Parts: sequence; C-alpha cells; structure tokens
Amino acid sequence: MPERPEKSTIEIRHVSKVFGSGENAVIALDDVSLDIRENEFFTLLGPSGCGKTTLLRLIAGFSYPTEGEIKLYGQDIAPLPPYKRPVNTVFQSYALFPHMSVGENIAFGLEMLGRPKSAIRTRVEEMLALVRMEHLRDRKTAQISGGQQQRVALARALAPQPKVLLLDEPLSALDYKLRKDMQIELKRLQHETGITFIFVTHDQEEALTMSDRLAVMSSGRILQIGNPRQIYDRPAERFVADFIGETNFLTAEVTGLANGKAEVALPGGAKIHALLTEDRELNGAVSVVVRPEHAEIVSNANGADLKGRLANIVYFGTDTLYHVVLETGETFIVRRQNSRKSVDEFSEGTAVGIILADGSAQILRD
Amino acid sequence: MGTASEIARRIEAKDIRDRWLLSAPALIIIALCAIGPLTIVFVYSFLTPGDYGDVVWKFSPDAWISVLFQRDIFDGTWSFADAHLSIFWRSVWLSLMTTLLTLVLGFPTAYFIATRPERTREIWLFLITIPFWTNLLIRTFAIQEVIRNEGIVNALLTGTGITDRPIQMLYTDFAILLGLAYVYFPLMVLPLYASMEKIDFRLVEAGYDLYANRWKVLRRIIIPLAKPGIVAGSILVFIPSLGAYVTPRVLGGGVKLMLGNFIELQFGQGRNWPLGASLSMTLLAIVLAALFMYIHFTARRGGNTHG
Ligand SMILES: Nc1ncnc2c1ncn2[C@@H]1O[C@H](COP(=O)(O)OP(=O)(O)OP(=O)(O)O)[C@@H](O)[C@H]1O
Ligand SMILES: [Mg+2]
Repeated sequence: MPERPEKSTIEIRHVSKVFGSGENAVIALDDVSLDIRENEFFTLLGPSGCGKTTLLRLIAGFSYPTEGEIKLYGQDIAPLPPYKRPVNTVFQSYALFPHMSVGENIAFGLEMLGRPKSAIRTRVEEMLALVRMEHLRDRKTAQISGGQQQRVALARALAPQPKVLLLDEPLSALDYKLRKDMQIELKRLQHETGITFIFVTHDQEEALTMSDRLAVMSSGRILQIGNPRQIYDRPAERFVADFIGETNFLTAEVTGLANGKAEVALPGGAKIHALLTEDRELNGAVSVVVRPEHAEIVSNANGADLKGRLANIVYFGTDTLYHVVLETGETFIVRRQNSRKSVDEFSEGTAVGIILADGSAQILRD
Repeated sequence: MGTASEIARRIEAKDIRDRWLLSAPALIIIALCAIGPLTIVFVYSFLTPGDYGDVVWKFSPDAWISVLFQRDIFDGTWSFADAHLSIFWRSVWLSLMTTLLTLVLGFPTAYFIATRPERTREIWLFLITIPFWTNLLIRTFAIQEVIRNEGIVNALLTGTGITDRPIQMLYTDFAILLGLAYVYFPLMVLPLYASMEKIDFRLVEAGYDLYANRWKVLRRIIIPLAKPGIVAGSILVFIPSLGAYVTPRVLGGGVKLMLGNFIELQFGQGRNWPLGASLSMTLLAIVLAALFMYIHFTARRGGNTHG
C-alpha cells in the first residue's frame, strides 16, 4: 500500500530569483522546487554563493521570487509581509539590535506580539538559560563576543516559538566544543518544540549529523534531496559526491542492464554491478563513484576488481587511508578502520588489489 | 623595579607635555576668538551707556536689570518689561518650532536619501546643499517674494478662488518660521543622514522578522539608531535660530522682533551698548541652558529604552 505523503509545512514550487537585469543579471536561484515537512530538520548545504541565504530570505519575506510560488501550510505566502509570517530567522550576520541589551533583544519579538510583561520575563530567562547566557542579560550586544552574539541571535529567534525557524549558518562562529553542544541542543529543541527547522550550512559533517533530510545546492540549483544516508551513499551527481566526503571516481563501460542495476566494466576489465539513482537509458562510458570505506585492499591482486600500486599510507588515528595508483594512472583511496589487531601488512610501493563491496558502486547522472 | 616605574612616570610626563603642546594652537584660537570677545561683552554689560553709543567706564547694574524690567521715565520705578519678555518668548518658541518643523520634514528626507543606492545618494545630498551657495539675504528676499500679498502663493489662492482676498503671511510669525525652517533645513538633514547612513538595514529586516510592523520598526529601531543625528541636527538648528537676525528682520519686517534684532537695536538706534551686551549674555545663557536640558533629557531616555 503506498504511504500517504507526510504533511508539508513549506512547499517551494519552481522558484527562481534573479538580481539585477540585462548584462549584470545574477541568477541566484534557478527553478528550485522543494517540500519541507512538518517538524523536520531540513538542511540546505552548498558552497558559498550557491543561493542558500537567498532562499531563506524568500521564505522569511525579505524579498520576493522572480518566478514561482512558496506555500506555508498550503497557503501562498506572497501577500504576507515578513512580520505576519510565523517564521523567525537567525541571521548570518546576527543582526542584533545594538541599542538594546541582550535581554531586550530576546524580548523584542515577544513584545511585538503583545505578550504580557511577566510572560516575557519568564521566557527571556528560559532562553538565556538555554543558550547559557544568564550572566550577560544586561550587557549591550556590542560588548559580547561573536559566539555569544550568535547565541543571542538564536535565543531571540526561538523566543516567540515560530512555526518555522530559519537558521543561516548559526553555529559558524562557535568553537568546536560549544558547536557540538549547540548541535545537540538544537536537535533536542527541534524535537521538543515541533518547530520546523531550515538550517543552512556549508559544513558537510554538520549537515549529515543533524539533518532529517538535506538538499545539496550548487549555483542556484538543487542537485539532490534526500536523507543523509541517501546523499552520502547514493550521490546522484559528481558535484554531490565530491562536495560530501572523500570519493573515488572511475570511468566505466556499461555492458548490460538488469533489475535496476547496471553491469559495468571497470578500467582493468573486471565487471561489477553498479547502482542507478533513476531509470534511464545507459550505454557507453559512465562515471562511477565508490566511497573509500566501501572498498577493501588486498595484497593478492588476482581476482581483485582493481589492480594498482600502493603509493601512500596515511595513518589517521581511527582510520588508515591507502592511496593506490591504478594501472590507468588514477589514484583510488581505500579507507580502513584501525583495530588493535590490525597489523601493517602493506608497504608502500608494492602491488595491491582492490575489492569493491557489493552495491558500493554508484553510477552518476552526467 | 624602581627604574621601571621611574621610566613609566617619565613617559607619562612626556605624554602630558606632548598633549598640551599639540593642542596649544587650538587653545590659543579658542582663547583669542571665543573667550576674549566674550570677556569684553561681559565687561561692557556692567558699564554705563554713552550718549552717542559706546560706553562710559562707570559701573552700573542697570543694563542687567533692564533685561527683564523697565524704569518709568517719570517716577523712576521699575516694572516688568513685557515687550522684552515677549521677544524672548517669540525667539524661544519660533526656534523650537523651527527645530520641530525641520526635524519632521528632515527625517523622511534623510531616510529617503540613506536608502537610495550609493551612487544616487551623493546627487540627493548635493541637491540639498544647493541653497547654501546663494547669499542668505537673497534667499530670504526670495521667500518674501513668494509669500507677499501679491506673491505667487496668494496669486494662486485668489486665482483659483480658494480665498477671495490675499492672506497676510508676510510680517507674521509664520513667515519667520517658514524662513528659518527653509534656511536651516540642510543643517538638520545632513547630520540625520550621517547617522542614518550608518544604520545596518539588516536590523530593519530583523525587526520585521520579529513581528514589528513598519511603525514599530521606525519607533523601536530606526529612531533610536538615528538619535545621534537627531540630537546634532536639533542643536545645529535651534542655536542659530535663537540668534537669527536676517530672517526675522526681512520676513518679520521689524514688527515681529527676535532676540537678534533686539540686540542689534541696542547697538544701533537704541545706543545702549551695555543693554545689548547683557542681552547677548542672556542669549548665551538660554542656549547653554537649552543645551544642558537637551543632553540631560536625551541621556536619560537613552538609558531607558524600555520606556
Ligand atoms: N542583493 C543582491 N544583489 C545582487 N546579487 C545578489 C544579491 N544577493 C545575493 N546575490 C548573489 O546571489 C548569489 C547567491 O547569494 P547567497 O547570499 O544566497 O549565497 P549563499 O549560498 O548564502 O552563500 P554564503 O554561504 O557565502 O552565505 C551570489 O552570487 C550573490 O552574489
Ligand atoms: Mg549566506
């Protein structure tokens, strides 16, 4: 029985945003379509300038799409000014009010909503405790550090309990420890409050660990949407595979198709089954991607899927990376987890084989 | 350790010496141009008027008493000088109104300029300052031309039948207010613009994001952030308005006097230099009092943004 699709909080339909006109036109968003579900932790991941902030600004209402439509709970939000949208933003630039104290900043949204004074005071204290800033309530925002400002921005956006929280790289200025703590805190909050989070980052690890689902963006387009596993294990495009984690790319020849998998011939001649993200005609040369941890290195090259020479061993603490130069001259990286039992059975310069685990190869859309 | 503190003390002494040396030119100019003349005015205000102007070097408190009181020529008794009081009052009132009017008109103007793209802002600022290039007297006569009974405004009013008789605008307080506001408008707009230009307009977006509508964003974010400009602009307009001479002279027609005209009168036809001097000192005192009040008021408000 087909599952009913989950309720969408936000539907983005064929949205484009063009800045300027004529020769100077910048296409910041190019036909973006996206569904964000109720109480989901959704991440927009992509390199600098790919349009993440632009998309958030459209949802918040600070600018309007050149084309397309955005719906909140099924309703077109185009006619709503930002102050009527149940959406709050943690700005990339924090945008704290410099003429107000930390506490006054956090109270601002609640005051504008006309909440009673006593309720505001309680809520501000709660928020201060949440971001561990109780001792700085009466400080002016210019007199606190960057990381503290970021936490105030977070508390200020959370205080009015919006339906949707937009977070534009909210953790980028925090140190490692605080960042990890805040990540956990954010996840907890999202579970407890039922707020839908749209989170922007260009840190792929953060995106993978925190998101229910994520969209990978590049130059104004969404390349792939999926949960962290799908994005990591089944990248649909070279850009996605490359942007997230370390990857090996191989050129292979399609030799046959069978129940959703393709049989491909690898550079050395060995044949393996590779997965497809979508049904389509395939023939000739294709790009195949294999994650380093999905391959195994063996000393006996006979019967291995790939053959080469071990060029480099990089010890990583938990893992060891083996850089193997294939017969084609390409470098293939194998990652192996270290255990107390593992011994250095390989030495640099020797001939080795690589075995690809079943289902580890993935054909890219070109 | 003794030497370290010794060196520190020597460096500090040198620092202080250098600072005095560097500020010496400014201090000399202040002494020559401000304190010197003020001392002369102060001394003159305690002397006796000469018969044909100038002063006689004989102490007399009469000039100071005459600031508020007048002596009856027949029986020599003192009574309140209502005429003087009304001039003081008109000066303060018109200056306040001028400040208010320029602020109300200047604020949206400065906001408009500050929110233009960077390239066009300079053009707008340039346009605002153009009237400064023309002589004050000519600008004032131009206003007279516009608002006099046979001027364009009245011609329009009677021509279109809105009124059947020209409205008397010239030689009224309204004319003076109009003139002062016109003349000092740029002095309000420029500091307002300077402080608004520094506002990070992403704060305005943050305000909208946090459920503040336009009015609340204006009141809670833009106005507080523009406050340095509001204070500077108000001071720059209020003070010269208080001592204005040309504008009330031309547009008030010598009927509606302001302090500046009244002081001039004492040094001219009135031939009472000590009174002129004491009135000048009074004007200075009013300005200082207004300044202190304003600073006190705005500083208190600044500390209490919740109010
Ligand atoms: N107001 C604007 N006028 C013109 N171009 C703009 C404007 N805002 C954004 N852009 C352009 O649109 C593109 C996307 O910008 P955006 O701020 O959305 O990037 P981003 O993904 O948030 O990047 P980052 O990770 O650096 O914050 C960029 O090329 C940017 O230069
Ligand atoms: Mg951004």
